[in-house]
Amino acid sequence: MEFRIERRSGVPTYLQIVRQVEQALRLGTLLPGDRLPTAKAVVAQTAVNVNTVLKAYRELERAGLVEPRPGLGTFVLQSLARPESEDDARLRSELEQWMERAARAGMDEEDVDALFADVRDTHYRRGTVRG
Amino acid sequence: MVETERAVLRLDGVGKQFRARWALRDCSLELPPGRVCALVGPNGAGKTTLLTLATGLRRPSSGRIDVLGHDPARTGMPTGASFVAQHKPLYRSFRVVEMLRAAAALNVTGQWDGAYTARLVDQAGIGLQERVRELSAGQRARIALAIALGRRPSLLLLDEPLAELDPLARRQVLGTLLAEAAETGMTVLMSSHVLADLEDACDHLVLLRHGRVRLAGDIDALLDTHRRLSGRARDTLPRTAVVHTSTTARQTTALVRGPGDTPTGFQVDRPSLEDVVLAYLQEAEDAA
Repeated sequence: MEFRIERRSGVPTYLQIVRQVEQALRLGTLLPGDRLPTAKAVVAQTAVNVNTVLKAYRELERAGLVEPRPGLGTFVLQSLARPESEDDARLRSELEQWMERAARAGMDEEDVDALFADVRDTHYRRGTVRG
Repeated sequence: MVETERAVLRLDGVGKQFRARWALRDCSLELPPGRVCALVGPNGAGKTTLLTLATGLRRPSSGRIDVLGHDPARTGMPTGASFVAQHKPLYRSFRVVEMLRAAAALNVTGQWDGAYTARLVDQAGIGLQERVRELSAGQRARIALAIALGRRPSLLLLDEPLAELDPLARRQVLGTLLAEAAETGMTVLMSSHVLADLEDACDHLVLLRHGRVRLAGDIDALLDTHRRLSGRARDTLPRTAVVHTSTTARQTTALVRGPGDTPTGFQVDRPSLEDVVLAYLQEAEDAA
């Protein structure tokens, strides 16, 4: 996987790496047994200090998500993806229909995001991003 | 932990005078091994002077410098160190292959690793038959870096390595540099007048202002030992340990050194590296 570091996001760099791995585990693009890129490869690609990458990997290890195997690399231990249920499939198709109506009503991506976030926050009572 | 590490670069009361002007004054610092250190400060702060003293290209007017156990003022730059000047001196009329041959011939005394240099040039996608003068600034920077790394240095000194590079080349040069540093454990000291270029890359900082060391240390430790306070403009801050304060119509923010009680009405945050550096640069401004 490739990491994208946003310099001006205000989120510490190591945390951006942690969250991108978690996201990949949630989406199933990283699966148990997969190897994370080596620290050297991440450093070469992102130009961040190696200690930052190692800190992120240690954090993931502490959370029980990955495991370093000396001389071999860091491997994924568990997935964060929920198995897709019948509910998921129905909700997805309803959301797709809703999204189509929104597009027909002339809403652009940002309008949709804002509306979605507002409704979500009202329901879940969570105004702020986790962490 | 730091105390037991032997510094790869040590300055002891170093000054450098050019005619009437002191470019560096009473500079003392120790750079522990394995660090990637940013040497920052505004133009004219003394960054290049410090680097040229460390390479033995110039002699200090006062004080002592130690590079890997050697005094560069007497013996020149030790073979364990490597330096790339800002303008990245290469023979422009040479083909890349000739440049690499010249570098090998000029580095017979050290432990020159020509295969390693060739590999880095190849990774950069630069053809051996290309003329140096026809390469982009980014490609020339990567050749200069590959040659500097070919000395297999334990201390690599770089003067403004990213100046004049576009954002992509900047990331490639820095990425290569950091990946090699991660693998070999070498110490890197690189200067920049743009902190943002180095903020994520470095784990150690030396801040120069008006020829003096204003701040030096591991970045995590520097951030741990400073606090950013913000509150309403009318609440007053005790002056002790305040590095710099700025006040707008409604808000006062201050960078404070060391632990202490939080004044009532103020919020405490861990500062960013930029907060710390700007505060120290402005503190120097206030005093100047």
